[in-house]
Amino acid sequence: MRVATLLRWGALTLLVTFLLAPQWFAPVFAPLTEYGAPPIYDQGNLLVLALAHLATVCLAAAASTVVAVGLGILVTRPSGREFLPLSRTLVNIGQTFPPVAVLAVTVPLVGFGEKPTLIALFAYGLLPIFENTIIGIQTCPTAVLEAASGMGMSARQRLLSVELPVAMPLILEGIRLSLVINVGTATIGSTVAAKGLGEVIIAGLLSNNTAFILQGGLVTGLMAILLYDAMVAFEKRVLRRVRIE
Amino acid sequence: MARPADQFARIDRLGALLVAAGAGVLACLPFVLVKANRIVPGVPRSLLASTPPPGAWACLAALLLAAVVALVIGKPRLRLTAALVGLIALALAVAAAGNTLTPPDNRVVRISPGPAFWVLLVCLGLMATDAITRMRPGPAQRVVWLAGFLAIAILALGSGTFDHLSVMREYAVNAERFSREFARHVLLAAGSLGAAIVVGLPLGVVCYRVPRIRAGILGTLNVIQTVPAIALFGILMAPLGALAAAVPLAARLGIRGIGAAPAVVALFLYSLLPIVANTVAGLDRVSRSAVEAARGMGMTPWQMLSRIELPLALPVIVTGIRVVLVQNIGMVTVAALIGGGGLGTFVFQGIGQTAIDLVLLGAIPIVALAFSAAVVLDALVEVMDRVRR
Repeated sequence: MRVATLLRWGALTLLVTFLLAPQWFAPVFAPLTEYGAPPIYDQGNLLVLALAHLATVCLAAAASTVVAVGLGILVTRPSGREFLPLSRTLVNIGQTFPPVAVLAVTVPLVGFGEKPTLIALFAYGLLPIFENTIIGIQTCPTAVLEAASGMGMSARQRLLSVELPVAMPLILEGIRLSLVINVGTATIGSTVAAKGLGEVIIAGLLSNNTAFILQGGLVTGLMAILLYDAMVAFEKRVLRRVRIE
Repeated sequence: MARPADQFARIDRLGALLVAAGAGVLACLPFVLVKANRIVPGVPRSLLASTPPPGAWACLAALLLAAVVALVIGKPRLRLTAALVGLIALALAVAAAGNTLTPPDNRVVRISPGPAFWVLLVCLGLMATDAITRMRPGPAQRVVWLAGFLAIAILALGSGTFDHLSVMREYAVNAERFSREFARHVLLAAGSLGAAIVVGLPLGVVCYRVPRIRAGILGTLNVIQTVPAIALFGILMAPLGALAAAVPLAARLGIRGIGAAPAVVALFLYSLLPIVANTVAGLDRVSRSAVEAARGMGMTPWQMLSRIELPLALPVIVTGIRVVLVQNIGMVTVAALIGGGGLGTFVFQGIGQTAIDLVLLGAIPIVALAFSAAVVLDALVEVMDRVRR
């Protein structure tokens, strides 16, 4: 466990150092370039691109969380039951849609740039959160629900202080899944001119510069891993608080 | 006599939502778009202004019928029938619009289905999906229905009825390339899956038997998953290019820095995690008593694995294969960026030329493929689970 924690802090330090002072790493990447091509991405600031990438991912995930949790609550209420079987099927069908296809179909509707990427990430991020919200709420033990009703809780109170806290671990897991998937998927957004780390990879593909590709890929991968770890740590914290209450 | 409140309660709420959405878009948004050529924005036309009157009214009547059924009838079978009638009417109307609005001998004008068409298609599709879900079809039935829908769709598209619509125009121009890229797409997705099964299954068994290496291998495969697809494709281009340069035999086998080789290797690497993880999880699920009984019967470890453990773990392993196949079909799309071919070629070409029809020519078959793979493999898992019980 100790070693793993150390590795994580090491990875974070490496990532931050690389983004702040990429030129320090030039000797590492130099053997990968040919004909004197620049070893470090030089068509933009890596830090700015990484932050833009992260912002896109987080914005999309926040929007999907609000919508997915809201819908998940809606279809598990007695008044929304009619929509439950269909929404389940839709989640299953939606998961078969490749993100590139979503992106490609959104471009003609909203134009090039950040918008289609945000929409595709939002739509793609909905599924894991929605599914986990439903499972979390539905697996809430009947005895607990009856006890809550017996204590005289209204449906609203029951939702806020029993069902949602019980479902919280699964909901958070869904958010983590969609965040991590989105970090990778957002790179494809650069094919439709969204600002992000995909730009570095695509510049590398176009100019046949492996150093660029590797930089973009490594930074994205590290970001995904660190985001995953950060979410796990955050989940543990939240759960501890919920349990104390 | 039912009281008014009961009457109201009988109105299907999902139906009400779908009808409201469908009626709203039909009234406000264009049914088709007429474009002077394939990349300019289209001129909007409503349903009544794009289809000759008897056809348009017949289509409206069919849609009205579907709407009434959606609102007040609860029987799934009737709802499904009404939704299908609506879908057929909608398809015929858009085909008729294509035939009517295309000037004779003009190969430049494009008639594209407009937003109203797409939203109605989704609404009727949702109604049909909901009805099918409520009917709870068994695995075999689902596969038969899927085959039926696909057959009808292919026959309809092949019959020439829709030839004047923009996507079919793109198809007509690219027909030969389309079949080639389609076959390539399937081959890339299935080939990398096959390689991943051959390597992943034994690796999963080893991980299960030797718990010490389990965390290490699964952790490594997890890290590979976080590297975005385009980066992994790109990263593999260099070593494969070097391999081809150093080993002539590799080059003769078609291994090169660009093209299919890096795509297959990357997809293979992505595919390993679900297969290895599910093999381990499936073997974990096998009950101790079954294993003990087999040992008591004097089976060797190999016999136990091949006759007891693997067959019992199979449903979970096939679930992993389903995840991989669906994921691969989506990811092969990106392979087009590094010259790997597949249907993604049309998608990215379409994005580059801002030609939405070309994008759809690539995207629709990809979604259909992934969806079909999911339905068939889900059915397979369900059958296996039943046999097991």
